[in-house]
Amino acid sequence: MSQLATAMPVPPENGAQWKRILSFDNRFMPPVFITLILLAGNVSFGILESFQKTLLAIGTSILAELILGRIFLHKWPHLASAYITGISVGILIRSPFFWPYALCSLLSITSKYVLRVKGRHIWNPSNFGISAMVFLAAESVATLSIQWGNNLGAMVVIWLLGAAIIWRLRRFHICATYVISFIALAFLRTWITGDPLLSEISPITGPEYQLFIFFMITDPKTTVRSKKWQCVVAFAVAAVEMLLRLDQSVYAPFYALFMVGPTALLIEMWCSPKRIAAAVPVKEVS
Amino acid sequence: MRRVPVARILVSIFFVALLLTPMVLKRLSARRVSAHAMLDTKAALANHGFYLTEVSHQAGIDFVHQGPKLDSKLASIMPEVASMGASVSVVDFDRDGWPDLYVTNSAEGSRNHLYRNMHDGTFKDVAEQMGVADVNQPGTGVSMGAVWGDYDNDGYEDLYLIKWGRPELFHNDKGHGFTRVSEEAGLPPWINANTAVWFDYDGDGKLDLFVGGYYPEDVDLWHLKSTRMMPDSFEYADNGGRKYLFHNLGNGKFEEVSAKVGIKSRRWALAAAAADLRGTGHPDLFIANDYGVSELYLNDGKRFHEAGEQTGVGFAPKSGMNVAFGDIFNQGRYAVYVSNISEDGVLIQGNNLWVPKEGTSGRNIQFENLARDMGVELGGWSFGAQFGDLNNDGTLDLYLTNGYVSLDRKKSYWYDFTKISGGNSTIIGDAKNWPAMDGRSLSGYQQKHVWLNDGAGKFVDVAQAVGATDTYDGRSVALADLWNRGVLDVIVANQRGPLLLYKNTVAPGEDWIEFQLEGTKSNRSAIGAQVTLSWNGQEQIQEVSGGSGFAAQNDRRLHFGLGKNPRLEKAEIRWPSGEVQTLLNLVPDKLYKIEEPK
Repeated sequence: MSQLATAMPVPPENGAQWKRILSFDNRFMPPVFITLILLAGNVSFGILESFQKTLLAIGTSILAELILGRIFLHKWPHLASAYITGISVGILIRSPFFWPYALCSLLSITSKYVLRVKGRHIWNPSNFGISAMVFLAAESVATLSIQWGNNLGAMVVIWLLGAAIIWRLRRFHICATYVISFIALAFLRTWITGDPLLSEISPITGPEYQLFIFFMITDPKTTVRSKKWQCVVAFAVAAVEMLLRLDQSVYAPFYALFMVGPTALLIEMWCSPKRIAAAVPVKEVS
Repeated sequence: MRRVPVARILVSIFFVALLLTPMVLKRLSARRVSAHAMLDTKAALANHGFYLTEVSHQAGIDFVHQGPKLDSKLASIMPEVASMGASVSVVDFDRDGWPDLYVTNSAEGSRNHLYRNMHDGTFKDVAEQMGVADVNQPGTGVSMGAVWGDYDNDGYEDLYLIKWGRPELFHNDKGHGFTRVSEEAGLPPWINANTAVWFDYDGDGKLDLFVGGYYPEDVDLWHLKSTRMMPDSFEYADNGGRKYLFHNLGNGKFEEVSAKVGIKSRRWALAAAAADLRGTGHPDLFIANDYGVSELYLNDGKRFHEAGEQTGVGFAPKSGMNVAFGDIFNQGRYAVYVSNISEDGVLIQGNNLWVPKEGTSGRNIQFENLARDMGVELGGWSFGAQFGDLNNDGTLDLYLTNGYVSLDRKKSYWYDFTKISGGNSTIIGDAKNWPAMDGRSLSGYQQKHVWLNDGAGKFVDVAQAVGATDTYDGRSVALADLWNRGVLDVIVANQRGPLLLYKNTVAPGEDWIEFQLEGTKSNRSAIGAQVTLSWNGQEQIQEVSGGSGFAAQNDRRLHFGLGKNPRLEKAEIRWPSGEVQTLLNLVPDKLYKIEEPK
């Protein structure tokens, strides 16, 4: 949940001054969007019990990015990505303690610099951090689940805003594939478990999934390059999630992306090493 | 990157250290817990100043609660929806000077029990004889709790029975029996409530009654017209039962005035309590709601003004299940403890300890949540809690019971619970969409918490070390000096489990003082009367309560621990009538029976 904008091309220059002024830099879209979600969620539903914790997550994330970027890239990195990671951690992680927020942000950002293959980081940073925290520190950490009301209005607003932005960034097909796959597999799950169909569809109507769909699975740095394979990977995430759900894993979507995302990237690197090497500047870390 | 291999190695080591951090913290935490894990009475007395011994059987009580069995349409999730009803309230119904216990049962046809204190360490069930046993007859709903108050000021405590079903008021006939007066009093035919509070909201000397609905009052849980009776949100539900405020007219009749005085909520109330939180002389009403925010109704003597959001207690929605007041800093101000849900790795709402902010008071009072800072935030699936000085050291401690549904130890319903609870309101509001529980537990077999107040801003959990070792599905907690020994004993009602009596043994040398108040101009139960005790340069305030915790009522006698060699200065009693009475020359280790000056 961190690099959506930074990998997108800047809109081409067309010479029109007014258009340049009015055109919104794609890099700032996800940070602005997620900030809006945070503020709207807190004003309307009080999703944050503590601004300090969210600020701690954001501050830690940005600080880690600055230090590690300086060490490894010898320059000050663009901070949009770290900001999104920090704010995602601040929204999604729930804990009565302060340390999980700092630790999760540190894990997320550090993973970008440590877990690399051929100069490319393979885990979505916040997916890595959050998965690690709920797996390793279950007694201290949970994720956002029901702290967002259960009304349709909030979901529709997030979907409209999110869909518009993701469409503009040309990644809506990933979201659509995942959602369609999730719903299709819900039929299969209900057939297997005997649980009501709506109970299987229910999770995707919750807030956690809106963030997951718009910010995690669409991350360009940790998704494969071709549009077709992006759809295949989105389906694979939903499929693995289904298996985890059959095993009653509360954090099935995070774990599914944790497993499928890097696997897909590794397969892509193995299948077309030259193209990947050419496509990824060695020193770029975002 | 290749030019900085040393940095890369160092960062990799740092990364591994980060991954190991949670495990290290977990191990350190486990070590701290295990240090308190064994009950050793000598060590408990030496380290904590008291220990608890479960004596229900020796005391002649072998009560096991029976849960409700609702409409078969709810069969697949019955353990969850039928998960309340165990309660205990303390009352001296026969005015013999010894606390008795009333315990509710919740299966159709089951009997409630009224345990008379026999003064010899035992109790005898006299509910049948007194006419308050057979109150769960089919078609009338079942008991969820009970609160006692002398509504006609005849000196004997009367019984309001909280039900999912037909609410009942029983008049106490001078301790010899009870007469059902529900219709004469003007109670409605059906309320699905889990909480009620006796208090004199308008200061007219007659006790009024608040009743908080949980399920809507048009739902008969044994004959459902529709399965669409669940909350429409897990955080913002407002499709629950209505609230009632029965104003005591003084002739055995009550008038329902909730809307008239400003109480119009359909949140899912689970617990309520009243106390004069702002020193105005008028009791305010605090309601803890399931599936939503808490509500605080500030009382100006005639009307209530909901100020939950304004005061800070009603902003973050949780699953409120308890309201208890306690002057935890000995500063003459109440903190409010509201219990919620915490489950490792799934949902961490945390309990709330609302403490008045420095410099705020009156209509502008503000509260801040210090549960985390003071160490009383995480209590599992928390239910009833009460403040009381368990070791007589002069500071109020906190007893919390918990645990929701204990069935198969190895199988959990949490996955399915989270699956449905995070979803859209149209899905969760209908019981037929809920996956079957199939014998699985939901936050079952939880360890209880006995938090000792260290007087310096921290509570330390000593439950295992002092003998509170049960793991039943606890609901209701009440505190009382059951055997007039100058110590607070603990009574716990468990859902589909036994009633537990934890007899308290306190280390010698810790002094105490108790007050038994009786109103004359004020209501005779003295509910709402406050005692501010000053000793050793500090003061502690306590108030006689008409119901607190979760479906519970403590002994009306107020118990103050004093610590060693106390220098008692004075006790100031503020009666609900406004009369202020000052007591001097008090001596410790004594129960004072005080009548309001006429």
